[in-house]
Amino acid sequence: MSTEMRKERIDRAIKARSEDIFALNSYREMLYLLAPRVLPILAALVLAFSVNVYWQRVLISASVFGILAISWDLLVSCGMVSLGQALFFGAGAYFSGYMNHAFGWSPFVTVPLAAILGGAFCVIILIPVLRLRGVYFSMVTLILPLMLERIIEATRILGGTEGITGLTPFPSQWIELFVPFAGVWVALFAARRLMSTDYGLVLRGINDNDRSVISAGINIYIFKAQALFIGASMSAFAGAMMTQIYMFVGMPVFALDYSILPIAAAAVGGIGSFAGAMLGAFILVPLSEVLRGIGGLRIIIYSLSLVVFIVALPEGIFPYLQRKYTQFERWVKVET
Amino acid sequence: MFLGTLIYGFINGVILALVAMGFNLTFGISGVANFSYGAIYIFAGFLTWTIFHTLALPYILACVLSIICAALLGALMYRFVLLRLRGMVVSEVIATFAIGLAILEAFRYMGFIGFKYTLPVFWDGSVDLWGVYVDYQRLAIVGIGLLLTVFLYFFIHHTRIGLAFRGIAQDEQTALSLGIHSDWIATLSVAFGAGLSAIAAVAILPLGTISVGGGYDVLVNALAVCIVGGLGSAIGVVLASFLIGYAQMITSTYLGASWVMIVSLVAILIILVIKPSGLFGKQKELEERI
Amino acid sequence: MTQAPLLSVAGLSKRFGGVTAVDSVEFELRENELLGVIGPNGSGKTTLVNLITGFVKPDSGSIVYRGMDITGMNPYKIAQKGIVRAFQMVRPFYQLPAFKNLIVPLFSPRVKKLAGGKYGDRGAVAKDILEEVGFERDSAVINKVARVLPHGYLKRLELGKCVAMRADLIILDELFSGLSLAEVASILPIIEKLRVDGKTIIMIEHRLRELFRIADRVIVLNFGQKIADGPPVEVMESEAVKKAYLGTETEG
Repeated sequence: MSTEMRKERIDRAIKARSEDIFALNSYREMLYLLAPRVLPILAALVLAFSVNVYWQRVLISASVFGILAISWDLLVSCGMVSLGQALFFGAGAYFSGYMNHAFGWSPFVTVPLAAILGGAFCVIILIPVLRLRGVYFSMVTLILPLMLERIIEATRILGGTEGITGLTPFPSQWIELFVPFAGVWVALFAARRLMSTDYGLVLRGINDNDRSVISAGINIYIFKAQALFIGASMSAFAGAMMTQIYMFVGMPVFALDYSILPIAAAAVGGIGSFAGAMLGAFILVPLSEVLRGIGGLRIIIYSLSLVVFIVALPEGIFPYLQRKYTQFERWVKVET
Repeated sequence: MFLGTLIYGFINGVILALVAMGFNLTFGISGVANFSYGAIYIFAGFLTWTIFHTLALPYILACVLSIICAALLGALMYRFVLLRLRGMVVSEVIATFAIGLAILEAFRYMGFIGFKYTLPVFWDGSVDLWGVYVDYQRLAIVGIGLLLTVFLYFFIHHTRIGLAFRGIAQDEQTALSLGIHSDWIATLSVAFGAGLSAIAAVAILPLGTISVGGGYDVLVNALAVCIVGGLGSAIGVVLASFLIGYAQMITSTYLGASWVMIVSLVAILIILVIKPSGLFGKQKELEERI
Repeated sequence: MTQAPLLSVAGLSKRFGGVTAVDSVEFELRENELLGVIGPNGSGKTTLVNLITGFVKPDSGSIVYRGMDITGMNPYKIAQKGIVRAFQMVRPFYQLPAFKNLIVPLFSPRVKKLAGGKYGDRGAVAKDILEEVGFERDSAVINKVARVLPHGYLKRLELGKCVAMRADLIILDELFSGLSLAEVASILPIIEKLRVDGKTIIMIEHRLRELFRIADRVIVLNFGQKIADGPPVEVMESEAVKKAYLGTETEG
């Protein structure tokens, strides 16, 4: 008989029967439960008010990318792995820019409108792929942003290679900061809420075992289209906001950065947990700002982090932290 | 004019087939996704250039070294990345694409931009075909393309290794139980694909300059040819290459060069609507779920 | 007076490459009947079910359900009409607890229509249904993730999905496979209750003794063709059926 050491994990004793019911015995336990949920929000609010202009821009950028990451993660939960989030982002950007430029509507009108129109546009062009295996969705979303760039370049529509400049900004600097910042939190809560409803369960079911969902009499393609619309609109919203904040839209909105970072953020933070995706964005974007001196290295950093995390720590940082926080771990001797 | 389009369209078709061959071998035939394919193509180009110009080695040697290095790169990529992601196609796609992206952007970052980055042609000069001038390089491309197509066909269908390549895609468990060392075969497949990409690169890149953007174009074209032709089907790849090749040539003549890549996208979308498994595709299980 | 059959299948055929899986199969199913479908392995039973439920499109033939031609209709539409199947290869939503597995069927448009509006709490309804198919009420097993459920419970879960869908025609593909005699004995009353509730049932089975206890009628498939159709006792006496299952004696 030999003994070996094995790691044992036990849940801390505040969970009762299921995932969403807790049995609390003291204020200390309640604090333990609330802290990870409340602290980040408080910290975020404090952060938002206290930083200087330069870091405010970083915060805006991180928020925009955070929305992209969360919407990417949402699509993944429904079985659609997009390799071209830039498509949705760019669609929203161009819709907003065009409406603002051509009709002179205020950003408060064009941004929400662009989110909806951009989402609808992307769903329409992706309809042929929805009924195929997931790989095809990934491949087509990979190619589409690259191609849309070419189309705009070739046809010289929507400002061609120069893009559309001189758009109206938001009335105040604070709104510029808070709309995206609030947006990413709203996106986070909305995504979590959506996935915890029965509707979200059906979406996850489609991802897990679509044959089962079909034989339950549900038209999975309508559901996928709806989920795609929600995810695409979120990203389109981010794109529209970015456009109005920087008062410019052009071919760079389809850049690979916007496609790769959401994936990298989710891979780093934890695919499937929307908080992880957001965390990943809020790690990677400031990180690449700090290393700013190296300019074009940014996308290389994103790509490499993506690969490293997918291969080495597939679950991501967020679930890892979650596990450490909610479970005891100890080494136990086992007789074999 | 018509004869010119006919001949140059044909050449373009061979170019596309040559480009798509390696990708089809790895993804279509062996079922291993390697989306850094375009990056390896450009990598081979820049490596050949560097060996030739910086180390001043004979050009043929530079080419051969690049091809070997590309194959090695493919093998390493399998060993360190793809190996852990086997079976999860989408993860393979994401990871290899990210690596490819990193490689391409690294070249851009290191300043490999400009007209000085060209590869020399194999032979100078051109020949007159019924009034149309075709340079020797393009003829060489056609030659290499035809040779490789025939070679690959026999390799896949009539050798043990080729059969193993197909086996691991169909059913890995069965392949393993038949004594096929699945990981080793997959490594070979990725390496071969990468090597083929490099061969295509040294043959085709002399026609223009080596550009980072070309890497993405190569991936898109390879994807277009394989999807339109049907992943895994040799005949399909050939046919699709010529279809898309001619379409691109005609578009380029009448609409302008910037429309060329859009043809690839349109081809993909049309095929996915009409016949998703590709012209000669065998995968009926795309939509059927039993 | 005979009423119109619930389901009538005529001249149904399907080929896969060189193999004829289903060859001009024809039969009728009356309301509230329990029809057994038996035959050696590879005789086309599951393909027949796939054709009826729309997962595979037939090469020729017709399927008429309640007077409506459903040949080649989309599988989700057929399920909405009330034809629900339990799969041979049981595959639940592994990460979800047992009762949550039933939420997807309860979300179906058919259920919404029949229940006259939205369900308040599908979870509670799911737990009721689980009790109907043999999960002990208020036991831990209802909340256990499907991944850890024993085989018998997974089969009951499949049955539960059909009940949740309020199916009129339930097709059970090898429900008894992998179950012990005791488990089969405990499932039989549940099937009986479904009959009493007015459901029509098709059962594909290999376990003939258990099937013959409850089947009204049995059809036998061999190499895709129907070789017998009648009450169980009659079918088992048939020479053709014996030959299909046991083979013929060789000379000498």
